[in-house]
Amino acid sequence: MSIAPTTPSLRDTPPRAGGEFSVLRTVIQRDLLLALRRRSDLATVLLFFIIVVSLFPLGVGPEPNLLRAIAPGVIWVAALLSCMLALARLFAADFADGTLEQMLLSPAPLGVIVAGKAAAHWLTSGLPLVAIGPVLALQFDLHQSLLGVLALSLLIGTPVLSLIGAIGAALTLGLRGGGVLLALLVLPLYVPVLVIGAGALDAAAAGLNALPHLLLLAALLVLAAAFTPWAIAAALRISVE
Amino acid sequence: MSQPTLVIGNINWFRYASPQTFYPLAGAMIPWFAWAAAVLCVAGLYVGFFVAPTDQQQGEAYRIIFIHVPAAWMSMFIYVVMAFWAGVGLTFNTRLSHMMATALAPTGALFTFVALWTGALWGKPTWGTWWVWDARLTSELILLFLYFGFTALQAAIDEPRRADRAGAVLALVGVVNIPIIYYSVKWWNTLHQGASVSLTSAPTMAATMLAGMLLMALAAWMYSIAAALHRVRSIILERERGTDWVAQDLEVRP
Repeated sequence: MSIAPTTPSLRDTPPRAGGEFSVLRTVIQRDLLLALRRRSDLATVLLFFIIVVSLFPLGVGPEPNLLRAIAPGVIWVAALLSCMLALARLFAADFADGTLEQMLLSPAPLGVIVAGKAAAHWLTSGLPLVAIGPVLALQFDLHQSLLGVLALSLLIGTPVLSLIGAIGAALTLGLRGGGVLLALLVLPLYVPVLVIGAGALDAAAAGLNALPHLLLLAALLVLAAAFTPWAIAAALRISVE
Repeated sequence: MSQPTLVIGNINWFRYASPQTFYPLAGAMIPWFAWAAAVLCVAGLYVGFFVAPTDQQQGEAYRIIFIHVPAAWMSMFIYVVMAFWAGVGLTFNTRLSHMMATALAPTGALFTFVALWTGALWGKPTWGTWWVWDARLTSELILLFLYFGFTALQAAIDEPRRADRAGAVLALVGVVNIPIIYYSVKWWNTLHQGASVSLTSAPTMAATMLAGMLLMALAAWMYSIAAALHRVRSIILERERGTDWVAQDLEVRP
């Protein structure tokens, strides 16, 4: 099947060398720019994270030993919830103004575009948690030697949350009750990241080597980076068509 | 243009990929599977409660395994079957495959719940607690959430085509995740006793116990097939309600 020469299509233009990377960079730059224009959204996620973490000592009491014991789990669960909250707007604005349809029609591979969007999502909602997590850990009297492990585990683990969460965001795009539904879909899939991420800290706190946990977390990241863009792209095509 | 065919034993099996031809076939098969389920269930419960010996360590409480273990097996197996039909539906764009996946989800969730509930009933006298955060219990609980997520996603989408395909993607993502979830949780904490039945080593239980459990497992299979077929018939009627053949079928049997 050939396209008539009078109607040149973007699909016919041969992809330039490194074209995928320029697409990736463009998408990330665009989303970061949009995020910077709406700084309050960034702050909201971060504030949510801080508030959730601060609620736990109020709920369980100020006993330092108890707080030290629950700190890894509390910070990780709060990180899961914050990442998930920010997912709702991952595709929503682009869907509303038609940008998403243009992305689906573009000659660039959709997998690369959605990977860029997930990366931008992580830079705006995951990376701030990596920075603020260790500070909040001080509230829980976590030993200083563990702060590095906490930051590292969050650094490796939160991108996985963005990638897996993007599948859920794509599937629930434009649905009524999307937010709660998204939680139901995504949180069970977050379990391995939570278990291994908090496990790294528990291991380090027990005087063991945290490296195996961090390597497993890195393995999850590699797996997620390799396979989730396909699933996100498939889910988007289903939701937008 | 020729239709795709899969001919085994003089029957073109792809003919039954059409809801219209599958509907009466399913209707004819349901009584067989339902009766088989009933007979096997009675036989399995008889063997389990009257023939199998009392366990030396666990006393009579162990007898709950005759329901618990088949339910746990089915809960996991049905999710895989569901993901299989979801994958077939996405690949070949067959409506019936998606309907089958949708029809299987409630049965799978039911067995998951039964496995969790009977496990709690067994855990209280044996472990002294209703619930422990052990790898198998936890991953079974997460499996239940995955079933609920699948059903909730499909329920939230009004358009059947999108519901089918969105659910299919979720089922496939879930089936890839199940082993990862299982091993991450297993590594996290394990208290559950090791599997007593495996294909590679001799079973560590009495032959009558094993017989009772396998009978119950077969009964669970038969029940699942009958229930899924019954449900898929309802889904077919609902989806195809605008077609002539459904109108005729309903007129014949009001």
